[in-house]
Parts: sequence; C-alpha cells; structure tokens
Amino acid sequence: MVLVFIDQTEGHIKKSSFEVLTYGAKLAAQLGTTAEGLLLGTVNDELPALGKYGIKKVHQVSSDTLNHLDAQVFAKVIAEAVTSTGADTVVFSHNQTGKAVAPRVAARLKAGIVTGASALPDTANGFVVRKTVFSGKAFANVKIDSPIKIISLNPNSYHTAAGEGTAEVVALNIAVDAPKVKITAVNKVSGEVPLTEADIVVSGGRGLKGPENWNILLDLAKELHAATACSRPVADAHWRPHHEHVGQTGIQIAPNLYIAIGISGAIQHLAGVNRSKTIVVINKDPESPFFKAADYGIVGDAFEVVPKLTEEIRKMRAGG
Amino acid sequence: MKILVCISKTPDTTSKIAFVNGNTKFDEAGVQWIINPYDEWYALVRAIELKEKDASIVLHLVTVGGADCDPIIRKALALGGDEAIRVNADNADSFYIASQIAEIAKQGGYDLVLTGKETIDYNGSAIGAMVAELLDAPYISLATKFDLAGNTATVAREIEGGEEIAEVQLPLVVSCQKGVAEQRIPNMRGIMAARTKPLKVAEPAAVDALTSIVSYELPPPKAGVKLVSPDNVAELVRLLHEEAKAI
Ligand SMILES: Cc1cc2nc3c(=O)[nH]c(=O)nc-3n(C[C@H](O)[C@H](O)[C@H](O)COP(=O)(O)OP(=O)(O)OC[C@H]3O[C@@H](n4cnc5c(N)ncnc54)[C@H](O)[C@@H]3O)c2cc1C
Ligand SMILES: Nc1ncnc2c1ncn2[C@@H]1O[C@H](COP(=O)(O)O)[C@@H](O)[C@H]1O
Repeated sequence: MVLVFIDQTEGHIKKSSFEVLTYGAKLAAQLGTTAEGLLLGTVNDELPALGKYGIKKVHQVSSDTLNHLDAQVFAKVIAEAVTSTGADTVVFSHNQTGKAVAPRVAARLKAGIVTGASALPDTANGFVVRKTVFSGKAFANVKIDSPIKIISLNPNSYHTAAGEGTAEVVALNIAVDAPKVKITAVNKVSGEVPLTEADIVVSGGRGLKGPENWNILLDLAKELHAATACSRPVADAHWRPHHEHVGQTGIQIAPNLYIAIGISGAIQHLAGVNRSKTIVVINKDPESPFFKAADYGIVGDAFEVVPKLTEEIRKMRAGG
Repeated sequence: MKILVCISKTPDTTSKIAFVNGNTKFDEAGVQWIINPYDEWYALVRAIELKEKDASIVLHLVTVGGADCDPIIRKALALGGDEAIRVNADNADSFYIASQIAEIAKQGGYDLVLTGKETIDYNGSAIGAMVAELLDAPYISLATKFDLAGNTATVAREIEGGEEIAEVQLPLVVSCQKGVAEQRIPNMRGIMAARTKPLKVAEPAAVDALTSIVSYELPPPKAGVKLVSPDNVAELVRLLHEEAKAI
C-alpha cells in the first residue's frame, strides 16, 4: 500500500498535498496496489472528498498537538502509522514540512528515501526514482534498496488530477508525545501571495536601479495575482526584504510562470528558478545569459516594457 | 557547551555540470571544490559567533569523506572552530552519512549539531533530520535565525509565506540557511592557526546504505527563447495565454 502524507496548516489542507495524493494514487496503480492518505491533526476541510484524487482511505490521528509541527513528534507518529497500516511506500511533499519530517521517518524505519523527486519511479527493474540534483541543473536516478521506500516529491512537479471518488475516513489511535518545540510566534507576510506556493512569480534585479522603481513590478504582480521575488544583490542592498531572495542561497521556487525583470541570470540565480515551467525575461541587454534559460523574452527597457505588459494583461483580462 | 558543525565538500556554484562513465559519475575535471555554502556561511559562521560571545563553547567540525576533503575542512577551520573530525568513508548515501555523523555526535556528547539546509550538489535536505532522529533529539529545519541563552535555543524557521519562532531546549539539531548569519572571509591569522588545529581521522561505523545512484541525466535543452519586440508586448501576452497557457 502507498501511504500519502497529507500536509495541513491552520485547518486547511495544503495545495502541495493534492499533488502528492495524485502522485501516490498513480504510483499505487503502477504497483498494482492502493493508495491511502495520512492526516495528522484536525482540519475544517472535507476529508472524504480527498477520494477524488484516487485514494481509498484517509487515516487520521486527530490530536490538536499535531496541528503544529514538531518533527520529532511527527516522525514517531508517522512511523507508527506506516507500521500499523502495513504501508510499504510512503509519499511526502518536499515542502517545508516534508523536509523536516520525511528523512526522520526514513531513518526511524531504516527505509531508503529519495528527496526532491520529480517523476514517478521506474518500477520495471527495482525501484528507481528520478530526483533533481545540482540545484536543478541535472537529475539523478536513485535506486531504493530497502523493503520500505520513501519519496518526497518536489512541489509543482506533478500535476494535480481530480476525478470521482470518496475516501473512507479512519481514526488511527496512536499515542502522541508532548512536543519539545514550543512555538512562540508565527509571522506570516500578510496580504501577499507566499512565494513558495505561488503559481506566478514576478521578480526584479539590479536592472530596476533602486527600490523606488519597484512600483512597476508590483503593479504587474498585482494584475497577475503573483508573488514577488528578487535577486540576491537586491535583497542585500535592502531594496526588497530578504524573504524575496531567490537562488542558490535564497529560496528555490518552481512556479508555472517566472517573469524576470532586469536580472542578468547568473548561474546562482538560475539555480533557484530553473524548475519554473515557463520563464519570461525582460532585459535591455540581448547578451544577458538569462535569455538562454528563457522561453520568452523581450530585449528592452524594463521601465517601458513592464507598464505596457501590465496594461496588455489588464486588457486581456477585461476580455479585450 | 559543545557544538558540532557538519561540513560538506561541494563543487563551486559556477561549475560545469557534466557526467562521465556512461552518465554514472560526476565529471570532476576542472572542478573547484568549496565548503557547501549553507554549511559555511550560515551554520559555521553562526557557531563561531556564539563562541565569540561565550569562550567556554567547544566548537568541533565534522565531515564524512576521503582525504580529498582535508583542504576543505582546513578552510573551514580557518574561519574558526577548535578541531575537526573526518570520518574516513565514501559518501554512500544520506542515511550512511547521517549515521556516521550521529555516531560522532553521540561519542562526543554534543549539545547542538548544526548543518546546512542542503548540499548544493545532492540537494538532499535530509541529513540534518536523519541525524536528529538517530540522536532522538528535536529538529529545527530551514532555520533563518538562531540564538542561545543557556540551554534554551530561540529559532526562526521558514514556513510557507513566513516564519515561525520557537523555543527548544538543547540537545538539538538545526539546519541553517540565509538569515542565520552573514558570510565571512577568513583572515591570515585564521589560516595560520588552522594549520596547527587538530584534524582527527575516525574510521566509519558499519552501516549499510539504503539507496544508490544508478545514473545521472542532464535536462533536455530549452527549445530556445522566443523573442518578442518591445513594441509588440500584446504578442507576448497572447503567447503566454494561448501557447504557454501560463496566464
Ligand atoms: C556563491 C554565490 C551564491 C549566490 N547566490 C545567489 C542567489 O541565491 N541569488 C541570486 O540572485 N544571486 C546569487 N549570487 C549572485 C549572482 O552571481 C549575481 O551576482 C546576481 O544574481 C546578479 O543580480 P542581478 O541580475 O540583479 O544584477 P546584475 O548582474 O547587475 O544584472 C542586472 C541586469 O539588469 C539589466 N538591466 C539594466 N538596466 C535595465 C533596464 N532599464 N531594463 C531592463 N534590464 C536592465 C542588465 O542588462 C543586467 O542583465 C550568488 C553569488 C555567489 C558567488
Ligand atoms: N559528507 C558530509 N559530511 C558532513 N556533513 C555533511 C555531509 N553531507 C552533508 N552534510 C551536512 O548535511 C547537510 C544537508 O545535506 P543533504 O541532506 O545532503 O542536503 C549539509 O548542509 C551538511 O551540513
């Protein structure tokens, strides 16, 4: 059986969970078995409805303690759930929770793990999972040799597909330890689209010359309901907040659409964004290396092109 | 107070990524090796800062790898730290490496183990969590701030769209990223001092790896950029809407 970890926050199931549920159900079909979900804590969302992603059951450990992440507590509960449900394959999202928990579960169960998977495993000859390595510049095919196999899937690398179906919700009785991590505050950037969850990201570099010029980018982001990001020198110069810095040393993202404005496309920047599905580059220098990594590009002055782009999108949205 | 910082050796961020031996081995020809940036800039520098504030802190570095890691661990010692331990073993897989680090951590009785958030070559984001599990210690991943007052650590960690602040008692394992500290340049004194700091070599514990890399692949080359004239921005919008289906 393939057990899929369903990640939730503040009473809602995260978008990345739908991806892993779809992935887990596909994998189960490939292996000739069934997929089931595992939810820790309590949510307001309808759990039987998760059946539409192809899972038969949702196992729930409904302790309020589990509404907040303590990796140590989670790992113990998940490992026990794996054992008690008899799962031999476990799927997580390689998101913040998955990174904290999945390798712990693997170590606890002495199960081989592939983190950052980007495709369904090849099960024709053993169990080989493709993962991104070298910060998105290559893939490695990694074979898992242990009886229990764990995969954490890169967010945005597998398309959610919903069909028909209802899942049975089963309460799992597992003792939950007292957490040792005491959460004292949660600081969410309010009113903005979170960068790692965003479908569209609009990003600016040193080509915008200064923080006072960011309004053209913000207008475009607003029109597209996009999150905003920036290159490292921009964050270092405090033109934009540090949490917007993407790249090798910043946040790695893989949105559907990445629009880079006045960014040269240094290899360290690309390492954070090259898994984006579509890349648009606006740069006045035709020699900018970013064009080599782009799908669409405009060689031009950002101060002229970006407001026009915002306007054209507004027109399109208005049905014009 | 004893702190252990995990140091790994990675290719320089600008290295050409290519593979040899029928795509089963990374091509090391001409590659410059560096300390994994997350380990150096964030985990190690933060540990050094803590030691600068409290001289009683004992700071050790650990790396799992062959003798080719020695120049890297010396470079790390040039930034700071009292001694380094190299577990003389191949990097079989994450579980194998984590087991070696956990063994060193148990033997040395460290209160705090710091790692980088990920290696920039394997991109595992796994070893810190595994070490924590093997030590049965709490784990904070993707830390953006880290402070210590006695036995209590105050940390900030990345969550979707923000950060979470938490308090945890030591012993503890933390994976570090941007925000935890600022990059430093080693000075001449540090480089000289590093030459005389102990670099101990430990033999690996017997552990079986659970995974193995079968082959590598490069992503298919991009089809090439479609350029649109700056005087025809509407065309870009059309392409994004109709062709890429991105908006
Ligand atoms: C170890 C290491 C790690 C690093 N990590 C990161 C990282 O995580 N993220 C990151 O971003 N960088 C990182 N860097 C830095 C990286 O190498 C580049 O220096 C950086 O990405 C450059 O930022 P930029 O493109 O904004 O600025 P520049 O390189 O200065 O590029 C500005 C661009 O704007 C264009 N431009 C100028 N004016 C206009 C205009 N009016 N209209 C349109 N275009 C215009 C120019 O043609 C140019 O291409 C790292 C470097 C190292 C050594
Ligand atoms: N061979 C190694 N020796 C010591 N520490 C390592 C080694 N490999 C990885 N680490 C540590 O574990 C972190 C996460 O690595 P990874 O799970 O491979 O992404 C790195 O940032 C290092 O701090």
